[in-house]
Amino acid sequence: MGAFLEEVNRRIDGVPIQRCYHCRKCSAGCPVAFAMEYNPNKVIKMIQMGKRAEVLGSSTIWLCASCETCVTRCPNDVDIARMMDVLREMVIEEGLGAREKKILKFHEAFLAGIRSGGRINEPMMIARYKMTTGDLFSDLKMGLDMFMKGKLSLISPKTKDMTSVRKIFDRTKK
Amino acid sequence: MKVSYYPGCSLHATGKEYDQSVKAVSRALGIELAEVNDWSCCGASSAHMTNYRLSVALPARNLASAEKAGLDVMVPCAACFNRFKMAQHHLRENGALKKEIEEIIGESCRGDLAVRNPIDVFSKDIGLEKLAEKVTRKLAGLKPVSYYGCLLLRPPEVCEFDNYENPVLLDKIMEAMGAEPRNWSCKTDCCGGSLTLGKTDIVIRLVDKLMTMAREAGANCLVTACPVCMANLDMRPREEIRLPVFYFTELMALAMGLPGPTEWFKLHNTDPAPLLKSLALL
Ligand code: SF4
Ligand code: SF4
Repeated sequence: MGAFLEEVNRRIDGVPIQRCYHCRKCSAGCPVAFAMEYNPNKVIKMIQMGKRAEVLGSSTIWLCASCETCVTRCPNDVDIARMMDVLREMVIEEGLGAREKKILKFHEAFLAGIRSGGRINEPMMIARYKMTTGDLFSDLKMGLDMFMKGKLSLISPKTKDMTSVRKIFDRTKK
Repeated sequence: MKVSYYPGCSLHATGKEYDQSVKAVSRALGIELAEVNDWSCCGASSAHMTNYRLSVALPARNLASAEKAGLDVMVPCAACFNRFKMAQHHLRENGALKKEIEEIIGESCRGDLAVRNPIDVFSKDIGLEKLAEKVTRKLAGLKPVSYYGCLLLRPPEVCEFDNYENPVLLDKIMEAMGAEPRNWSCKTDCCGGSLTLGKTDIVIRLVDKLMTMAREAGANCLVTACPVCMANLDMRPREEIRLPVFYFTELMALAMGLPGPTEWFKLHNTDPAPLLKSLALL
């Protein structure tokens, strides 16, 4: 007990989350709370109670859209948005598997896009995402419409100094 | 006035009309834009949601490049703007991190450059009066609600250019263009952002609510400064309740009689032409 809380606080490196007095202002303003199985302030309570597996295995941490409404309104400056980032990082580092697999696949496809060209080519990034999720047909018409309008192109200018971009990825790998 | 310009990835693809309209309006206002040398992606939400140091290092690479030019850097995309401001905030607050990031990007990054959104530059540096003087065709009958979304103003101590619960600058710019902005309470609500692919149902619910609220406020369109919000608002709501959505710079260009708007509007998913024609603005 307490080890999970300490670990999360150490990673947040800011206001300790136990400063929360559960006024639920964060959860009241959270745009995604309706879809979460645990409300944002409930996650704090669960971390305090040492419920590591339940928190890291929850969909809540992936559904958080990082809108920063919670931290902006919290009377105690508890940074829930940062806490959610930290919890996601822990899942990834420990290879626990994301409860919302498609959301993590999206982030991976996005970052792979930066790694390969320095800039995101949106159609290529979405193709990569669709290949790994097998979700090939949703939004197909919308994508084709954008192609026809000349909005999207498969080739777009890349960053020239790609060595520096690759170095950033290599050096920030855990 | 001369500023550095960071378009970011979206403005070269789904947000093309934002890039072109920012450039057209800037030129007309006498603002010279110099693209940040050899820029790379800011990492957007995917970096900070999965890897903290990566989320600071990617913007830092661009900030370091812009610092060499030494000018304020204009960042139209709300997501890039937010990542730049956040990275600067972390670099200033945490000396050890700054050192680590400089090693990662292989150069120094002071983190003190003025990172500016065009809403801020146009309304404060150019000024609302001057903007109004440039209008050749008032946007009479156009009733937009201003939609900032999350990333331009939160967290407030980092973003700091307009009120974070009830921002007013976009309304004022629209007023200067002769439009009749409507007041509403959803200016800084969330559209679901990057959940649009992984969790489409959540985004549909959020944008449906925004469209409903905009209609209740008596609006006939929405105006935004974020390519992510634009994509979600323009493509995801239920057909029956959709309203046209504009980048604020597209409407500025229209009011200022600049070339381009007709072509940009063709790139929208929800066609704004019927509305504009009914108001004799197109
Ligand atoms: S708003 Fe802050 S204090 Fe209130 S419940 Fe949320 S985290 Fe706790
Ligand atoms: S940052 Fe996440 S937890 Fe906080 S209000 Fe937004 S979606 Fe909810």
